Amino acid sequence: MKIAIIDENRARASIIEEGLAGFDGEIHVIAGREGLLARIEQIAPDIVLMDLGNPSRDVLEEYFMVSRVLARPIAMFVDESDDDAIAASIDAGVSAYVVDGLAAGRIRPLLDLAVKRFNAFARLQADLAEAKGKLAERETIDRAKRILMDSKRISEPEAYAELRKKAMSSSRRIIDIAEAVVTAHDLMGGN
Amino acid sequence: MATRDLTIGFLPLVDACLPILAHEHGFAEEEGLHLSFLRDVSWATVLDRLLYGHSDAAHMLAPLAIATTLGVGRPARSLVAPFVLGLNGNGITLRKDLAARVCQPGAFGEPQAVGAALRVEVEAALAAGKRLRLGVVHRYSSHNYKLRYWLAACGIRPDEQVEIVTVAPPFVADAMAGGEIDGACVGEPWNSLCVERDVGTIVMATAQIWRRGVEKVLAMREDRLDERREDVEALIRAMRRAGRHFVDPANWEANAAILARPEYVGGPESLILRAISDRPVLVHGGEPVPFPDFMFQYSEAANFPWNSQAAWLYSQMVRWDQLPYSDEAAHRAAAVFRPDVYRSALKSTGDDLPAANSKVEGSVTQLTQVGAQQGSITLSENRFFDGRTFDPDDIRGYLAQHG
Repeated sequence: MKIAIIDENRARASIIEEGLAGFDGEIHVIAGREGLLARIEQIAPDIVLMDLGNPSRDVLEEYFMVSRVLARPIAMFVDESDDDAIAASIDAGVSAYVVDGLAAGRIRPLLDLAVKRFNAFARLQADLAEAKGKLAERETIDRAKRILMDSKRISEPEAYAELRKKAMSSSRRIIDIAEAVVTAHDLMGGN
Repeated sequence: MATRDLTIGFLPLVDACLPILAHEHGFAEEEGLHLSFLRDVSWATVLDRLLYGHSDAAHMLAPLAIATTLGVGRPARSLVAPFVLGLNGNGITLRKDLAARVCQPGAFGEPQAVGAALRVEVEAALAAGKRLRLGVVHRYSSHNYKLRYWLAACGIRPDEQVEIVTVAPPFVADAMAGGEIDGACVGEPWNSLCVERDVGTIVMATAQIWRRGVEKVLAMREDRLDERREDVEALIRAMRRAGRHFVDPANWEANAAILARPEYVGGPESLILRAISDRPVLVHGGEPVPFPDFMFQYSEAANFPWNSQAAWLYSQMVRWDQLPYSDEAAHRAAAVFRPDVYRSALKSTGDDLPAANSKVEGSVTQLTQVGAQQGSITLSENRFFDGRTFDPDDIRGYLAQHG
């Protein structure tokens, strides 16, 4: 079985490729838009996995619909008996196209794996974004502390205690108070 | 009243403007709706998200909603379109050197004349062993159908003499620069981007092919319409108000600035302004050329989903996909458009509502007052460029006429 993975995000493509390594078959990764259709024609895949955010989806669907080059027509995998699986793949952000006549039983395990890998990648990205966000929060709180230390001539622990006290009394997060302090300071012409 | 949420899918094109402006100007909020938006870069994904419930409604190519309902290309799923987001608004842009040979760059070409000149180019290319290649945004798009209608009426046989391929709108300028396509029929701001990058010249507006041709619709799953009927009607009212705001010259600049934001169209504000003010620049470095109904989003009950418009799109699907014609399919296709929902949404507002749900398309040659259920509607010229008319009750005869 030949599987083509089309994904402009190389990191995600390799995570999926790695996940499918146990499958008996060839795996081809296509990352660029350049010469996409020619590559597909050359590979003549049985299954094509493509991320939903890929701008070439319409081009590819059109090609599958009209191409007489591929020996067997390819269509989007929409198995009406198993709509949940399709919904899960759309939720995960991956679409699957399969050649005519390929049994659903052979597609399902592969699709399930692809969905797992897509979800895993999305979690990794979310973790990364959260870590970046935490770092940014840290910096904002540090800036707010410095502003308070300078303007009120207090120590760092005292500045932090003030932020914390204000947060508790107004049922907000410390970062929200810190942001307000920084914004107010900027508006007042500080730097 | 509690605010109800609706999620709207869209592709970054200027004609996604009405739901966006309904949100930004608070018209939706006043109807008790909170709109959120899902921006995607392919119609396949806008459609998948609609079918699998990520969005409640979507900015969609009208023919794609019909093809999905009929099950052309994939298993049938019933979609409905209770609101037309606009008429026309697309351009035909050709490679610069080709444009210079078929029209006077910097002015809108006359469709018959450009077609005749293009035919000479097509035949010369064929004699040299080449087929000109034109891009459209999707197989099931009015762009595809209007382009083919024009070519065929000018004696150029699509598929046989020219190749028509799908190109994603944001890549049209790249494809033209790279020689992958010789021209394209696409929405704004993507024609203007070709001009700005000096890779193409706008030669015609699709409004010149069919003066009042249906373009995008607000599409949704039929079951979702039934579940959210009241909210959909509220959205229709909000979008009508957004339309009135959109066509007022006083608001053009502000609306261009909103639409240009990266979460919406994400293109240069100046190019978006050209489209929404109906003043496209056709050739690099040229002056804007006023074309009063380049986009048509509000007047003359433009948002009313005429069943006859859907029927015309079905006739073109049969014509170009070489589908067998059936009365049953024609009926289902026409019924994707839901004037009953539009009427019921606007009944209480006093807004203009035509008396009929269907009309002979292309038959209005001068200002004509038409029967109204409420308000007053005067339609202006809505002809096809070749003067033919489309009677939705005789699709078979219409198709036979076109051979």
